[in-house]
Amino acid sequence: MPRTLPAEPRVSPEVVAAHGLTEEEYAAVRAILQREPTYTELGIFSVMWSEHCSYKSSRVHLKTLPTAGPRILQGPGENAGVVDIGAGLAAVFKIESHNHPSFIEPTQGAATGVGGIIRDIFTMGARPICLLDSLRFGPLTQGKSRYLLGGVVAGIAGYGNAVGVPTVGGEVAFSESYAQNPLVNVLCLGIAAADRLFTARAGGRGNPVIYVGAKTGRDGIHGATMASETFDETSEERRPTVQVGDPFREKLLIEACLELMATGEVVGIQDMGAAGLTCSSCEMASRGGTGIELDLTRVPRREEGMSPYEVMLSESQERMLVVVRRGAEETVRAIFGKWDLDAAVVGTVTDDGMLRVLDGGSVVAEIPANALAEGAPAYRRPAVRPAWLDALQEADLSTLPPPGDWGEALAALLASPAIACKRDIWRQYDHMLYLNTVVLPGSDAVVLRVKGHPGGLALSTDGNGRYCFLDPYVGGMIAVAEAARNVTCGGAEPVALTNCLNFGDPTRPEVMWQFAEVVRGMGDACRALGTPVTGGNVSLYNETLGRPIFPTPIVGMLGLLEDIRHATTQWFKGAGDLVYLLGETRDELGGSEYLKRLHGREEGRPPALDLARERAVQEACRAAIRSGLVRSAHDTSEGGLAVALAECCIPVEGEPIGFSGSLPGALRPEAAFFGESQSRIVVSVRPRQGPALEALARRHGVPCTLLGTTGGPTFTLTAGGATLRAPVEALAEAWRGGFAAAASWGAP
Amino acid sequence: MRFGILVFPGSWSHQDFQYMLGDVMGFEAQVVWHKATGVEGFDCLILPGGFAHGDYLRAGAIARFSPVMPAVIRFAERGGLVLGSCNGFQILCEAGLLPGALLRNASLQYRCQWVHLRVESTATPFTAALAPGRILRMPISHGEGRYHADAETLRRLGGEGRVIFRYCAPDGTQAPEANPNGSAEHIAGICNAQGNVLGLMPHPERAAEGLLGSEDGRLLFDALLARVPG
Repeated sequence: MPRTLPAEPRVSPEVVAAHGLTEEEYAAVRAILQREPTYTELGIFSVMWSEHCSYKSSRVHLKTLPTAGPRILQGPGENAGVVDIGAGLAAVFKIESHNHPSFIEPTQGAATGVGGIIRDIFTMGARPICLLDSLRFGPLTQGKSRYLLGGVVAGIAGYGNAVGVPTVGGEVAFSESYAQNPLVNVLCLGIAAADRLFTARAGGRGNPVIYVGAKTGRDGIHGATMASETFDETSEERRPTVQVGDPFREKLLIEACLELMATGEVVGIQDMGAAGLTCSSCEMASRGGTGIELDLTRVPRREEGMSPYEVMLSESQERMLVVVRRGAEETVRAIFGKWDLDAAVVGTVTDDGMLRVLDGGSVVAEIPANALAEGAPAYRRPAVRPAWLDALQEADLSTLPPPGDWGEALAALLASPAIACKRDIWRQYDHMLYLNTVVLPGSDAVVLRVKGHPGGLALSTDGNGRYCFLDPYVGGMIAVAEAARNVTCGGAEPVALTNCLNFGDPTRPEVMWQFAEVVRGMGDACRALGTPVTGGNVSLYNETLGRPIFPTPIVGMLGLLEDIRHATTQWFKGAGDLVYLLGETRDELGGSEYLKRLHGREEGRPPALDLARERAVQEACRAAIRSGLVRSAHDTSEGGLAVALAECCIPVEGEPIGFSGSLPGALRPEAAFFGESQSRIVVSVRPRQGPALEALARRHGVPCTLLGTTGGPTFTLTAGGATLRAPVEALAEAWRGGFAAAASWGAP
Repeated sequence: MRFGILVFPGSWSHQDFQYMLGDVMGFEAQVVWHKATGVEGFDCLILPGGFAHGDYLRAGAIARFSPVMPAVIRFAERGGLVLGSCNGFQILCEAGLLPGALLRNASLQYRCQWVHLRVESTATPFTAALAPGRILRMPISHGEGRYHADAETLRRLGGEGRVIFRYCAPDGTQAPEANPNGSAEHIAGICNAQGNVLGLMPHPERAAEGLLGSEDGRLLFDALLARVPG
């Protein structure tokens, strides 16, 4: 026998404050309802109007980003963005954060992040075919950071491998600013028929609203609210707010939903992610211009005695809400029964615009759906340039003590966890399932073939928090430009992006200024490079004990290859090839990995970015790849030219190939070797193709410098009167072994 | 040659096998739901990779009770060809069609990577056309692939030529670093006494196209063409 529920608590000012609503917001709630809310209604408003669900601090800035383009089938506003890739197919993709849960409970936090983003993709009617993860941790010299890294990687592996969506790429970086607030951003991409896309809209009065998937428990209540607060010493006590994922159930849910979608009976479908049943129901009604009436007694549960408040706010995983045509209820039950999943009619679509929640006979909540989904206040919060920024930017970098040996400096950079080979991470992920991975993890971009399509897709995630910390506008531009450059190096044309914006507390004017500047920079770069934003996620309040993270936009760039034979990797292909640099090297050491790793300084101005030059360099590189000239192409980024060249020499497995050459010009050696000037790509060509590449670069108005030749047992680079020389085997050992050594992971 | 590819809830390599056997190699290849009670009309059954029933309890431990398994066992006992790859190998061991067990990798981590295999025996139709000692390159992708059996079983498997593949270095030598999961005697694949049931941890279906880096996986099925007419 279910026990009798206790009466709902009274809504007092203290209860309102505990739900994170301000006095003004509470007044707005009363104005909408024209009465005091019930306790359940207060809970519903608090999650829907949380920063996480409502984007109330970020919306005014996000609106400035370009979102339209000839290939864009769906921009922001649905569960994921959709890009027309030709051949009747569409790429559905999105990136999302799970930072807060991953700090409190790394394995389950990361695992449920994977589960959530996968649901966003198949909700649109696409079969998820890959994941990429972008991670940020504190220095690996700290035990806590190693613990979080191990837990997060285990969570992604455990969920992604079992659910059967290969994790094909991503990146990871380390900085003190993430020590108490790691970032876990996961991108998922799926493929759908371009004319068979689904949306999260409740339509057709009287149509049944069906709950499918796992049962509801008390896990994750107020997860969205938690993700909208900063952390303090007591944060670890919130482990119970982190949900536990079941990848097996999610796999069944994918198959059952795709099977149901194929029947043509689905009107609208949405996953229950943050704010669970509340968010899915009111958003579907709001988008559909309809209402939804739910009867909570019909919701499948795995715990007894749950209150309406708890059922509405639960974030139990692996659940979806589906609206189907009236009369299709049996079809739904049959398909979900085959997969041993629950399917229960929990409500109906109405035409009164209300989210009405019944518990047995009584109404426990009745709120205009649109007011919940779209009616949250939008804030243009004060934004102030930090007073400390000038001193950081103006730091004198003109006289740095040179390292004793340039070759050893290069080896140290190659072994640094930010740059070293991440094989020890990605080999824990299945990255080959579905037979699509043409360029495996480790190169600039992962390249996937698409069956039934002559070409393929390239994907890269990027975002340098240190650059954004030192100059958020330039850092925002570079995040977009570098991600685009990476897919260009893979042989693809960048066509659209998804983004995850990770910042601190938006009520701090300095943080808000960083946010606005990063978004402004990203918008300018998107317009210049022709890559609209198709959606993404904003994660604010990433700070613990008042210390915000580096402002960290993560850009997930999608590139399109018209011919899969254009797929290109960063590695030299043999001895005797000519190595060229497209682009120009300037004296720019600010914000570099060299400065951090060898001098312990995170200062200066990040490298400048000329968007016209960036575009020209990328176009030249793509033209060279398409004309068959290019044997390898590699973006120069963290660690500069010397690191980029060394990475070209060292494949993940097999024999490294040496290099010998020089960078002409009068730059000081540290800037030439390790400066991170933007808009540069290292390419190798067969000896007889040199003139053709030079002519092509000239036509594109792009500087093209012959650096040297591949081959031999040594890596030699001369610049600024100094010579960097090291046995390529020693560099390979540094690059391949650096990460495991730093993470204290065993070798086998 | 008709292939039936079993699908358990939680399987995921069945699509890849269907693509390889059907689209790439031109065989007839059909999926078979785990609740099927008969497997008539097939020349060869494939148990694919994945996490059947979530691999809860232990990899393959629940799948052996799936309704289709008695039919699979009868099919094997009558001499039908059965190949289990990855999770399929685990299920064959749990079902008693192959001896031994697959334990958690020695690294305690999942491993997805290319490996080299040395063909040790031609005692099964899948390798009958291959020269012993030939080196094949294929991917693995598993968390529980460390082959284990008692000393007597290992002796018998070796003596009867039933160890079909061992992990090796690119040059064919056996080295600890070429054994990706710590398997006993570097064992990557074994067959039953009759030779018609083969289990291996690597994924031959992932090595069927040059575009993906190797075509060696096709060799196991090319060999069957010569054997079974039609």
